[in-house]
Amino acid sequence: MERKASEMGMNRTGIRVHPVKSRETVEGSEKFAPDIPGDASVIAKQRQDFAREAGNLGTVPPPNLKGMAKAAMDLLKGGRATVLVDKLGQRAGFERTGTRLYELALSKLDVFGTWDGGPSREQLEKIRRDELSHFALVKRTLEKLGADPTALTPAAELQANMSEGVPRMLADPHVNLLQSLEGLLTAELVDNASWELLIELARELGHQELAEDFQRALDVEQEHLALVRAWIAAGTKLEARVGEEAAGAPA
Amino acid sequence: MALDLFKEKGVPLDRQRFTWKDLTRRMISKLDDDAFTRVRVILMNGIESESVRFSHACARMNRELREPLALIRRVEHFQQTLVNWLNPGNQSPLETTLGYEQTAIEVTASVAQHEPDPYLAQTYRFGMLEDFDHLYRYSALYDRLCGKDPNTITQSYTDIIPGRLTAIEHRHPLDDVRRPYEARTAAPITRLNALTIVSAENQVHTYYMNIGPSFTDPVARQLYAEIAAIEEQHVTQYESLCDPGESWLEKWLLHEANEVYNYYSCLRSETNPRIKEVWQRFTDYELGHLHYVMELFQRLEGRDPAEVLPRELPEPIGYHSHREFVRKVLMNEEGLSAKGTGFVPRAEEAERTLLYRQQLNSEGSPSAIASAGYRWRPGTELAEEAERVSTLAEGRIQ
Repeated sequence: MERKASEMGMNRTGIRVHPVKSRETVEGSEKFAPDIPGDASVIAKQRQDFAREAGNLGTVPPPNLKGMAKAAMDLLKGGRATVLVDKLGQRAGFERTGTRLYELALSKLDVFGTWDGGPSREQLEKIRRDELSHFALVKRTLEKLGADPTALTPAAELQANMSEGVPRMLADPHVNLLQSLEGLLTAELVDNASWELLIELARELGHQELAEDFQRALDVEQEHLALVRAWIAAGTKLEARVGEEAAGAPA
Repeated sequence: MALDLFKEKGVPLDRQRFTWKDLTRRMISKLDDDAFTRVRVILMNGIESESVRFSHACARMNRELREPLALIRRVEHFQQTLVNWLNPGNQSPLETTLGYEQTAIEVTASVAQHEPDPYLAQTYRFGMLEDFDHLYRYSALYDRLCGKDPNTITQSYTDIIPGRLTAIEHRHPLDDVRRPYEARTAAPITRLNALTIVSAENQVHTYYMNIGPSFTDPVARQLYAEIAAIEEQHVTQYESLCDPGESWLEKWLLHEANEVYNYYSCLRSETNPRIKEVWQRFTDYELGHLHYVMELFQRLEGRDPAEVLPRELPEPIGYHSHREFVRKVLMNEEGLSAKGTGFVPRAEEAERTLLYRQQLNSEGSPSAIASAGYRWRPGTELAEEAERVSTLAEGRIQ
């Protein structure tokens, strides 16, 4: 199915659509002065007031220490283990959402097809599995730590809210495969940075083995990021071509 | 100790005040507050929303009541604002939806068990099984669209399993109108229960109609459209339980009494001290409203409010898990449908309902699409798939 991302058409959002009306609107805005003195910093002040008063988003649940193996106790040593659990909870949630994102991308592939240098079904399916296996890795690590892998930690909540727009965009029937890849790019960029931070944190807390496990996950995430970037670059350049050169461009 | 509605005068109307900051500064924590705190917040928003809706309808029909209604309605509006703004901004519309369905299930289960009129109790059990199913369908959507676990919202108090299949809940309008209680003979709790449940369902309908189109996902948009239609049926069902013979003032008096009853129920069970303060304050405000309307009732209708109101409030709504009750009802009554004002086995449904349903579902059923093969697992249905995979050393699946 063909649906170009950047078709020319009757877009009505710009000021040049209605030259006369827009001139009148601009004149009106110039003629009538603001009635309240100040600028946008007034809003900032109000936000600061509320930030000083509000509590935190929530907490990290305590680990279940009962019957915990010595190895798990060792993992919790050094520094504030809750920071590690918080960040692991974040990866658990994000990798699950990532799994769903690639399911959404696969649906786009089925409808719109791919392009020269674009993603194949096998590649998208493989990345979906990678995301799922990273979730499994984090889940197992949390369980080893005596933490509850189903708990929504504050860091998980933050990252989920921040990236809420990505599944929202990928589920939109108006969005084609090339457009939806931008959502995957956002997710992969965040994922890469988050794994890097987690590795640093594991090392900081003296968990060399964990850091190595996470490094392997990061290596895979770096491949994902490189692939998504390359698919977008190839698709966007193809779409910008005309005539015979544009053969095989994204739908 | 039960609250004496005639002795407790609450806070007089002219001392019920708000500021913008006061209205908006408190929020519950999605992560740390108990699910029943959210349930209470959601129900009380529904109760206040009904009070404002009723008050407007009443004002349009009663010249002499327009000013007193306007005075009290303004306070109710601000009470609703404060209560609804307790929902935190990081609770997404779909998460709030899960909370709405949990509220519908647990509050209706409590009401069904406390309802002395067997026909009304049956009606509550009937509707409860349908909302129970909605929780499961929305949970599937939440899990499958976002990879998130619905139990982080419901906190293991409520089962996430199929109820009466949403696709077969669609009935002809004439099979959703029920028999009303008789105001003269009904127990006070019967009249309050009907108001509580119609308030809850009406806000759910309004909410789904507002947020449904804000989704991009075509499955989500269809599912909200489908479940909103059931909520409309539920509003039709529950409002028809109220005796249409009650006068406008009598209905107003019942609304105020119900608001006292519900805030008081919240007050009795609240675990978050900051939210408990809100329930205490608004119990006192509502007592002020109640006494204001009691005086009007006496003066304008020449009737004693004791004809309508119980001296002491009935047993509060039970804010706890009703898992066993719900499962029992599911086992015994899942196969029921409605025909006219009565409840019948599904095999005896009216032809008009069958035709109506067939038409609506003729291009597919959104609730079935969203939940095909769905089984909730701790940490989402993906947790089960993740269990099965073994990761290679480099973090890839074998």
